[in-house]
Amino acid sequence: MEQKSLVEMLKDLDNKTVSSRELTEHYIGAIEARDGLLNAFITRDFENALTHADAIDQMRAKGSVVASVPGGAPSLAGIPIVHKDIFCTKGVRTTAGSKILENFVAPYSSTVSSKLEDSGAIMLGKANMDEFAMGSSNENSYFGPARNPWDTQKIPGGSSGGSAVAVSAGLCAAATGTDTGGSIRQPAAMCGITGIKPTYGRVSRWGIIAYASSLDQAGPMTRSAEDAALMLRVMAGFDPKDSTSINAPVPDYQSSLNDSIEGTKIGLCKEYFSDGLDEDIAKAIDVAVKVLESKGAVISDISLPTVKHAIPAYYVIAPAEASANLARYDGVRFGYRCEEPKDLADLYLRSRTEGFGTEVKQRILVGTFALSAGFYEAYYGKAQQIRRLIKNDFMQALSSVDVILGPTTPSTAFNIGEKSNDPVEMYLQDIYTVTSNLVGLPAASIPAGFSKGMPIGMQLIGNYLSEAKLLNIAHQFQLETGHHLKTPEVTV
Amino acid sequence: MSRSDWEVVIGLEIHTQLNTRSKIFSGASTAFGAEPNTQASAVDLGFPGVLPVVNEEVFSKAVAFGLGVGATINKVSTFDRKNYFYPDLPKGYQITQLAKPIVEFGEVDIRLANGTVRTIHLTRAHLEEDAGKSVHDEFHGQTGIDLNRAGTPLLEIVSEPELRSAEEAVAYAKRIHQIVTSLNVSDGDMSQGSLRCDANVSIRPIGQKTLGTRTETKNVNSFRFLEAAINYEIDRQVDVLESGGRIEQETRLYDSKKDETRPMRSKETATDYRYFPEPDLLPVEIDDAYINKIRDNLPELPDAKAERFCREYGVSRQDADVLSGDPAVAAYFEAVAQATEDAKLANNWIRVEVLGRLNKDDLDIRQTPVSTEQMTVIIQRIKDGEISGKIAKTIFEAVWEGGATDVDQYIESNNLTQMSDDSALAPMIDQIIAANPKQVEQYKAGKTKLIGFFVGQVMKQTGGKANPQQVNELLAVKLK
Repeated sequence: MEQKSLVEMLKDLDNKTVSSRELTEHYIGAIEARDGLLNAFITRDFENALTHADAIDQMRAKGSVVASVPGGAPSLAGIPIVHKDIFCTKGVRTTAGSKILENFVAPYSSTVSSKLEDSGAIMLGKANMDEFAMGSSNENSYFGPARNPWDTQKIPGGSSGGSAVAVSAGLCAAATGTDTGGSIRQPAAMCGITGIKPTYGRVSRWGIIAYASSLDQAGPMTRSAEDAALMLRVMAGFDPKDSTSINAPVPDYQSSLNDSIEGTKIGLCKEYFSDGLDEDIAKAIDVAVKVLESKGAVISDISLPTVKHAIPAYYVIAPAEASANLARYDGVRFGYRCEEPKDLADLYLRSRTEGFGTEVKQRILVGTFALSAGFYEAYYGKAQQIRRLIKNDFMQALSSVDVILGPTTPSTAFNIGEKSNDPVEMYLQDIYTVTSNLVGLPAASIPAGFSKGMPIGMQLIGNYLSEAKLLNIAHQFQLETGHHLKTPEVTV
Repeated sequence: MSRSDWEVVIGLEIHTQLNTRSKIFSGASTAFGAEPNTQASAVDLGFPGVLPVVNEEVFSKAVAFGLGVGATINKVSTFDRKNYFYPDLPKGYQITQLAKPIVEFGEVDIRLANGTVRTIHLTRAHLEEDAGKSVHDEFHGQTGIDLNRAGTPLLEIVSEPELRSAEEAVAYAKRIHQIVTSLNVSDGDMSQGSLRCDANVSIRPIGQKTLGTRTETKNVNSFRFLEAAINYEIDRQVDVLESGGRIEQETRLYDSKKDETRPMRSKETATDYRYFPEPDLLPVEIDDAYINKIRDNLPELPDAKAERFCREYGVSRQDADVLSGDPAVAAYFEAVAQATEDAKLANNWIRVEVLGRLNKDDLDIRQTPVSTEQMTVIIQRIKDGEISGKIAKTIFEAVWEGGATDVDQYIESNNLTQMSDDSALAPMIDQIIAANPKQVEQYKAGKTKLIGFFVGQVMKQTGGKANPQQVNELLAVKLK
């Protein structure tokens, strides 16, 4: 079955040229054939998926309203999707890629997964990820690394690696991801798909297992900007259960996809084209810029001098918040508990030592240190200052341009194991992406070509709540280019 | 040196439970006494992915308190995380207000037994969530965790270290208790932990400027224990210093059974709480309109109420303080005073009998077995002359113990109506005079105090029902 867009699939479903059961069975077949190698799934939920698909097909047959979607969001009735295993799903286990939650089944669903369910989307299962979303390669998953479908010796990126693999390899129609420092965009770039991290607060965090609360944001991971527009419309919106969610109407992202981008001001941040950048990526971005220029976009150079401090600031703030967010995994109420604890301290020590992986423990230690008495000002306080400076830089830049364009990653996907012993090298993966999390800005990554057979991602960063603009530019780009339509051959 | 050579420095941290229906960050009920863990939502349990949402009601209560003590209300306040591991702290951190509390400064006046009034300043009052409870004694070799209380809203009221004795500390704590109950901020029920005190105590030689090393005695939940704990701690510190020792900065626990404080944890092993801003909650902003609306609807404060009682009911300031301290007592008094139109009797009966009996039975006015209606009837019957004050006390006792509900019926069925009828009393008095010639003789010889003996005899024969004034008058005539 050829890969179709969500719009096309929905049309086929409405025309009854395909049923949701057929779509679901198709993806189940693909997963069964290829996921043994790719390892994109932590949990498969095929039985429920088929039951749900049949129910949707029956509703369609009766001609009744297929799904109740609040706020006029589009129906995704019958579309098989995958959730990163960080979204709590009532009745289906949610592990966050960790041994400590290996058997955790939440008695509630995340707002995002509820909304998608309400829109009629079918959940095939839960996607692999770096443990607690900490990682850029998916190698930190307790359930083993997912593999890049373009070259299965390579990492798919992380932390939403499983979601990116599932979309790229045709194991689902679309997926959800979360992005704390680049975890949607970096795997999207490396797997050749489209991903958008919305404005902080645009999508509710309720029911999403927290990594760094002031940075975490969920978004869609799809084959195209058009698919992302549909998904985001469903996922976004104010949620009274998340105090940090933004109370603003959700625009119809689809309706502005075809707007002209003539006169759109695009800034190229010179700091994003510096030494560490792969040459092929730099060239691909140059070409992409020309494409947008040919559509009438106005290109200029800008500077964001403080972004060089973003990585150190991020790796203080995120671990600091994580050290508190992950304190609840103590073996007392849920999750992994060590055998035969001899006292309370032993219960805490061994449950957490045995339950968490190395990278998670490393970040908890870093965060605990950064917040401790006598170091707080030097680390956490300073990092927050940098965060304000970076925000000022971006606000200044975005007063003269509509979007900031650059590469998503400094290199294409690397080999599994290649950087796993070099945390600094690994952390630099996020060098172009963490800034928009620190500032809370929306940012998308879209396919922009290939280097030695591996996908290249281009990043667009916009002002607050400018998702429609980002998707508009991305869609206009995708109308001119075919990168996003290329699919990997996965030989098992 | 002796204890009088030392100056005592005390600061109190009072945790008062706000009487909101639901918890501070979740919709779960705050009602006391439910089956363990039945009033804890996924938020209270600290499940993965859940988020706190502030209950607006806690802000209106905190602002009301702030206005009641003349404090600064911060229009922007923020929440912070206080990190520590304990099984009854589900998230591994407590959400509290460190950097920008909702209430700062403010003051209260305290009245001491010798009549002096002192002004005590507040440092701050901040909102936070309560932890759950660890149950150590019900499961052999194991600790049970009850998270019903987790997430109950608390207002922590912190005083400046201006208190100079246990008496002052108790007077201050009582004043805070009066204010939070008067303003309907808290139910103030200390038996249910609605008001808990941490006492920071240090001593220094009189005249010394720098403060001595302090200890913090935690979680004292009655005024009596607070006084005892502070006095114990003062004596202990004096003993330690006078025998050449050093006070350790530490947290101590008061054991009411042994009447002593003992160390809980020292500063060396004290937790580094690693406070940082709570990223799940945005700064809370309130405006003047919000504050003014609360100010306009603020219930009467104890001081204003006491002044009004003096003015409207003609009671003494001392009595007014007693009657106005607890809003429920004040309401009880006003109801009875108005219904009987006799504030003097209402004042005496409520202060002496009602409050005295409540105190004896360790009950709260809200649990009084004698209703305002019953109290009113008793006082009215005294005024009518239908019963004597002495009989009234027996009726009060009967109602209190549940032996009577309808006062009038009880008077009738027990034949307690006062005898004010000369025709019934006169023959009885004649008979008593005739039966006691010796006493009559002594009386007539000038030992007039014996009138009491004759009154007693009449009372004995009438079962205390004779109108004493009338008996006195009749006796005076007949013994002439």
